[in-house]
Amino acid sequence: MSDIRFTEDHEWVRIEGDIATIGITEYAQEQLGDIVFVDLPDSGAALAQGDEAAVVESVKAASDVYAPITGEVEDVNETLEGEPGRVNEDAEGEGWFYTMTISDPAELDDLMDEKAYRAFLKKL
Amino acid sequence: MDDQDIAPLKRTPLFAVHEAHGAKIVPFAGYDMPVQFAAGVLQEHLHTRAEAGLFDVSHMGQLRLRGEGAAKALETLVPGDIQGLAPGRMRYTQFTNEAGGILDDLMVTNAGNHLFLVINAACKEADITHMQENLPQHIGMEILDDAALIALQGPSAAAVLERHIPGVSAMKFMSSATMRVKGTDCIISRCGYTGEDGYEISVEAADAPALAKTLLAELEVMPIGLGARDSLRLEAGLCLYGHDIDETTTPVEADLLWSIGKRRRQDGGFPGDTVIRQQIAEGASRKRVGLRPEGRAPAREGTEITDDTGNRIGTITSGGFGPTVGGPVSMGYVTSEFAITGTSVNLMVRGKALPAQVVDLPFTPQRYFRG
Repeated sequence: MSDIRFTEDHEWVRIEGDIATIGITEYAQEQLGDIVFVDLPDSGAALAQGDEAAVVESVKAASDVYAPITGEVEDVNETLEGEPGRVNEDAEGEGWFYTMTISDPAELDDLMDEKAYRAFLKKL
Repeated sequence: MDDQDIAPLKRTPLFAVHEAHGAKIVPFAGYDMPVQFAAGVLQEHLHTRAEAGLFDVSHMGQLRLRGEGAAKALETLVPGDIQGLAPGRMRYTQFTNEAGGILDDLMVTNAGNHLFLVINAACKEADITHMQENLPQHIGMEILDDAALIALQGPSAAAVLERHIPGVSAMKFMSSATMRVKGTDCIISRCGYTGEDGYEISVEAADAPALAKTLLAELEVMPIGLGARDSLRLEAGLCLYGHDIDETTTPVEADLLWSIGKRRRQDGGFPGDTVIRQQIAEGASRKRVGLRPEGRAPAREGTEITDDTGNRIGTITSGGFGPTVGGPVSMGYVTSEFAITGTSVNLMVRGKALPAQVVDLPFTPQRYFRG
């Protein structure tokens, strides 16, 4: 069973065993508007929680995407290179950014569950 | 886009129309302005190039200069040939400083018995002071505080506007006329800031919402925000004041020499004429160029431009994704030896050297109506 968590920077983290899949939320893609480029991390890159992991470029501006947890990048969504608009179409599914190992499972406790994230959005 | 959080934001006469169309409002040059509508920047951009877009540019300054010799007097502040403008014709020029730098860029129309000027929103107070201090006493200035400015741009603009204002489709590009529209006088100019055919309509504030609604009700017309206005002008290779041109760039460096007529080049008589004429004769040390990054990553304003060996040769002043081009486009200044079409350069994006080529501007062909 997968478990999904969220950050205050509007990233989602889907946990399946010891691998986390990361992307930006539906709310984030809506705010960014038409996404034209995603700069993904390299496979094998070591990321600490809070590091700049990726950059999303919309027609309007470039936005940083931070590593929600510490770990090593396993796989990146190469489809986004040619079709960055996938993020707009399906931010929390096919528009995933990368997968990473989970160095410190305790970091996951800092993240919000879906209910907490929905409540967080309402306050914005 | 400049945030101006301190001063209360002004609203244009079309604010309620924007809200009714689902605008996302942002602060810009002291105004609450629509940055985009429901369709989003990409669709707004593409729609303007395919059909027609309606833009609120009421934040810009509009004024009239009256008095004997107004054109000659204005020429002491701008390098453009204002005396050579026939009645009903308009021209792009710049207010220059003594160093040849650009204080603002503007449009000047010979409206027969006076000159009609459109100046940038962020510069309007400074421009007005500049003119008040430097034009002769007998030149009167009437600031059109109570006028909106609506731009209708795109290949369908002429057909749409003709339905409501008969005669406009016959106007030549860069011409202007005062026309009576539903009982009110409007200044209609065939010009724009998108690279497309189109018009700018100066209309009384009280009459502006009705005119905007009438035009927006046409099937071809979509409301367009500042986001697409920026990407459209960038693809068209047009300068944005405060970004591509400012007090430190001359019209020669900015590749705006076409806006300085032969007589003005020969005779001078405008601020910075010594510097500008010297640059015309000997060439400037740097020049504004178009840049096409390879791949898909946009290179935005402030990005450093380097040569093969890593030496800094310039800076990007505007950059982003060009929806019509379908890829990233940028403009910037490079030292003149690199300002040659086809030259390979590097753009330093997030610490990585992104290969790019110097290309001719505009990125998308201009489709102005030449009659």
